[in-house]
Amino acid sequence: MKHASFGDKVFEVCNYTFLALLMVVTLYPFLNTLAYSLNAGLDSLKGGIHLWPREFSIQNYKFVFREATILHATMISVFRTVIGTAVTVFCSAMVAYTISRQEYVLRKFITIAFILTMYFYGGLIPVFLLMRDLHLVGSFWVYIFPGVIGVFNLIVIRSFIEGLPESIMESGRIDGAGDFRTFWNIVLPLCLPVLATVALFTAVYQWNSWFDVFLYNSSDINLSTLQYELMKILQNSNASSATMESGFSNSGAAASMVTPLSIRATMTIVASVPMIIVYPFLQKYFVKGMTVGGVKG
Amino acid sequence: MEKSFFKKLIQQRMLVLMSVPFVIWLFIFKYLPLWGWTIAFQKYKPALSFSQQKWVGFEHFKFLFTDERFLRVLRNTLAMSGINLVLGFVTAITLALLLNEIRLVAFKRLVQTVSYLPHFISWVVAAGIIQTTLANDGIINEILVATGIIHKGQEILFLGIPHYFWSIFGASSVWKEVGWNTIVYLAAMTAIDPSQYEAADMDGAGRFRKMWNVTLPGIKPVIVVLLIMNIGNLMESGFEPQYLLGNGMNVDFSENIDIFVLKYGIEQSNYSLSIAAGMFKTVVSLILLTAANTIAKKTGEARLY
Repeated sequence: MKHASFGDKVFEVCNYTFLALLMVVTLYPFLNTLAYSLNAGLDSLKGGIHLWPREFSIQNYKFVFREATILHATMISVFRTVIGTAVTVFCSAMVAYTISRQEYVLRKFITIAFILTMYFYGGLIPVFLLMRDLHLVGSFWVYIFPGVIGVFNLIVIRSFIEGLPESIMESGRIDGAGDFRTFWNIVLPLCLPVLATVALFTAVYQWNSWFDVFLYNSSDINLSTLQYELMKILQNSNASSATMESGFSNSGAAASMVTPLSIRATMTIVASVPMIIVYPFLQKYFVKGMTVGGVKG
Repeated sequence: MEKSFFKKLIQQRMLVLMSVPFVIWLFIFKYLPLWGWTIAFQKYKPALSFSQQKWVGFEHFKFLFTDERFLRVLRNTLAMSGINLVLGFVTAITLALLLNEIRLVAFKRLVQTVSYLPHFISWVVAAGIIQTTLANDGIINEILVATGIIHKGQEILFLGIPHYFWSIFGASSVWKEVGWNTIVYLAAMTAIDPSQYEAADMDGAGRFRKMWNVTLPGIKPVIVVLLIMNIGNLMESGFEPQYLLGNGMNVDFSENIDIFVLKYGIEQSNYSLSIAAGMFKTVVSLILLTAANTIAKKTGEARLY
């Protein structure tokens, strides 16, 4: 018995140490990038910066936010995140409500039509040709329309609605509320926890997307997003700082203060901070949403 | 019968109005592209109309299976998704077991929150971080020099060595998703009946025995379902990490089917070959998924949607 408890103690110490190390491995790259972004550009080139800036400066951030291209890209990122999330959450919830109504005659048909799409995908080129034919190439709406409803969202919300007490919805109908009114006034407010999960997942998807920008709108700088601008910088990371300066329209004076290395770090922080700030607050919800939608045990 | 269906439909017009527009959306955006699969059987020329295209049967598929590049791409796809599957499962279950042993609630919460973080960043950001970490002056080389494993000036260019790519990909995917993947297992662990642990205590079982004989069997149904689902996704090895971390030096090991489809389709405008490759991937996935679903139903553990 005594021997076992000694083993337990050893395990305990190892376990805490290992998990603490895991946190270091997870966080270090972010803190390192943050340190570089807050360090004077020319000084960063000497290397050797780890967790703390050596020569503190907010020059990099000033430069990034003065850059018209980046400001515009940030705006597009915000737009697609806000509009895309609102559209997806509303539409998914509405369709989920209709297929949760047991008496709805099209319930089975609609459910199957959506679920079948989990089993196949038209493919890159056929989808590209479709977007072109729909005149969505070269348009902001190519970020919104293809993602109006996600099957995963639909199923998670439907499961949640089906778990709500029927009596609440009955009371709505007795008051003479139509289906839309019942959905809008009664079901939607009750669904807030699951909608928070869906909204977070959609917002993360929208904010982090770059491939659709690359595929459909790479020739139009006015439709570029923050992630795509960062991607371009990363792919050209071996290019000289001269290319970097010519890539940006700012005056040479401002450009000489910053280096591609520090701009890259700064852009990385700007591109990841919004989601990093939001998710801890919604943790309670998405942990639940994941377990409802992931597996039905 | 017919009549009552339409009667009901009219009665439920609000529900129809709320859902049918999205069914139309679904057919346009998800079903209509399937029409594009016909291009895989044509010698497609964009300028010609559908009836003017020349049909070539399975010629493009035949080409794919004799093409050295496609076979290599297929090997990379299966290797990387296989690595992801095994490594992803082992690490997530291990981490969940370790977290489950932590009694200090605040510490457990902290580790969980931190471990979810990389899931919320884009692969663009992740790839940037990985490139920095693995660079000649990156932290990994710095550690290797400091511990005397390599000498200064011998720094390893990790992303430039082809056969390192699969390991880098595996490690990156684990770093990004391991915390996130523990969520389902941890939820399953909280559902285990505490009396089982008490009974094990009575029998004098130590920590490891309880982990092995109570916790693991307790989450077995979840493991089985997720495993089956993931086998259905064996053709999906990802696109973004390979595209963003791949380069001219490691292309022989980093290029997978998705990148092959992109390169032939968009960069070379060889639509027919690109669609044939994509179609092959989807059809194999379809077979795997259907098989997985059937097995899942047979085992009776749970249903996939």
